[in-house]
Amino acid sequence: MIAIIDYKAGNLTSVARALQNIGETYMVTDDIKKLDNASHVIFPGVGAAGEAMAYLRRKKLDSWLTDWIKTGKPLMGICLGTQIIFDYSEENETKCIGLVRGLTKRFPDDLNIACRKLKIPHMGWNSVTLHRDHPVFSDISKDAEFYFVHSYYPAPADNSLVLGVTDYGITFCSVLATKNLVAMQFHPEKSGRPGLQILRNFCRWRGNA
Amino acid sequence: MLSKRIIPCLDVRDGKLTKGIKFKGNVDIGDPVEAAREYYEQGADEIVFYDITASADGRDIMIDVVRRVAQTIFIPFSVGGGIRNLEDMRRVILAGAEKVSVNSTAVTDPKIITQGAQAFGSQCIVLGMDVKKVEMSGKIPSGYEIVINGGRKYMGIDALWWAKEAENLGAGEICLNSIDADGTQNGYELNLTALISENVNIPVIASGGAGKPEHLAEVLTEGKADAALIASMVHYRTYTIAGIKKYLNEHQIKTRLYW
Repeated sequence: MIAIIDYKAGNLTSVARALQNIGETYMVTDDIKKLDNASHVIFPGVGAAGEAMAYLRRKKLDSWLTDWIKTGKPLMGICLGTQIIFDYSEENETKCIGLVRGLTKRFPDDLNIACRKLKIPHMGWNSVTLHRDHPVFSDISKDAEFYFVHSYYPAPADNSLVLGVTDYGITFCSVLATKNLVAMQFHPEKSGRPGLQILRNFCRWRGNA
Repeated sequence: MLSKRIIPCLDVRDGKLTKGIKFKGNVDIGDPVEAAREYYEQGADEIVFYDITASADGRDIMIDVVRRVAQTIFIPFSVGGGIRNLEDMRRVILAGAEKVSVNSTAVTDPKIITQGAQAFGSQCIVLGMDVKKVEMSGKIPSGYEIVINGGRKYMGIDALWWAKEAENLGAGEICLNSIDADGTQNGYELNLTALISENVNIPVIASGGAGKPEHLAEVLTEGKADAALIASMVHYRTYTIAGIKKYLNEHQIKTRLYW
C-alpha cells in the first residue's frame, strides 16, 4: 500500500484524492509501525521548514526516513517534502534530514527577465526540462507543465542527481532522482493529467528493490 | 519560463451556478462541479469560485460543492465570498480548496489575513480587492478607492496603499477587480492593474472587463498582470479557453498549451 506521511504540514488530502482518482489504495499516517508496512512512501508538504522539521523529529520520522531509504523501496518527495530531505534549508535556517547532500535556497530578491522584476513566490505553471529518462517520468510529454508554488528551491551538491530543471530568472533543480528516491519541487497532485501520470508511474515503480 | 494563467470564475448561489453556462453537449448548466470539470478539460489553469450564498444552509451546500470539485479536478482552485473568519477558511481548505479569497472582511478586520497566512501559509490567502476610480486626493493619492459589500460601500481607503498593506500582512496573491470595467466586456482597467502589479511583489490576477482575447493580451503585457480572470466570454461560449490560449501564444504571451 502507498503511504502518505502525515506530519501536519499543510493539507495532505489533495495527494490522497489524486491517488484515489488513479485507483490506488493508500493510508495517511505518522505511525512508524504502519509506515514500515508500506510498499511506497510519499513525503508531501506545504509550509515552513522549521516547523515541519520540529514535528518530524518529535515523531522520529526523520530517522525513520533515513532507514526507509536504505530499504530500496520507493520514496517520493513533493514541494516541502523535497526541500527538507537535504542537509539544510535557508528557510528558518533549519537543519534538515540529510538524505541528500545539499541545501534548499531562497530565490534571490532581484530576479529579472527582460527588465521585469520576477515575483516571489514562483507561483503557477512552468515546464521541466529532463536531463535523462526516469521510470517515474515515462509517458510525460516534453510540453507538459507543472504547478509550482514556492519561494525556496532545491540545490543538490551532486549535479548528477538533477533529473530536471526549470527556469525562473535562474535555472533551478525542479526534480532530482537517485536510486529509490525521486523528489520534485512542483505539485503533481495539482498538475492535471501529466501530474496524475507521474503519481501513477511512481505507484508502479519498484525503486531499486 | 512561467506561464500566464487563465482563470475562469464561477458564481455559485446555494450550490448552483448563477449564470447559465452554455457548454456544447448535455452538461447540466446548473452544476458548478460539472462546469469545473469542463473548464479543467478545456485547459483552465486554475478555477475561482465565488459563493454569493446568503444563508447558512447554502454555505453547507457550498462546502459539499468544494468537496466534489476537489475529487473531480486536479488543478488549483480557490473559493471566495462570505469568508468571515478563520473557521470559514478552515472548512473551505479542508474540503479541498487550494486557496481562499477574502475581500470585505479583510478590509474591516485585516488581522484575518495574518491569521490565515499563519494557519495555512501565505500561498493559501488571496486578497480580493474591489476598486473604483475616483478623484485623486490627499486621502486617495492613487485615484483608486477600495469599495466593499459588493460595490456598495466606499471605504476612504487608497487601493495602492491597501495592496501593499495586505502583502505585508501576509496575503500571497491579489485578485484585483475594477468595478468600472466589470461587466462592460470593454477590456480590463490597465492603468490600475499595472499600478498595483508593479508595486507589490506577489502575483496579481486581473479581473473585470474581459470581452475578447485582445483584452487578455493587453492586461498580461501592458497591465503587467500575472493571471487573467474571465467569465462571460467563456460561459456563453463566445470563446474557448483553448482558443484564448492559442491567441495569446501567437502573440508571444506564454500560456500552458498542453494538458
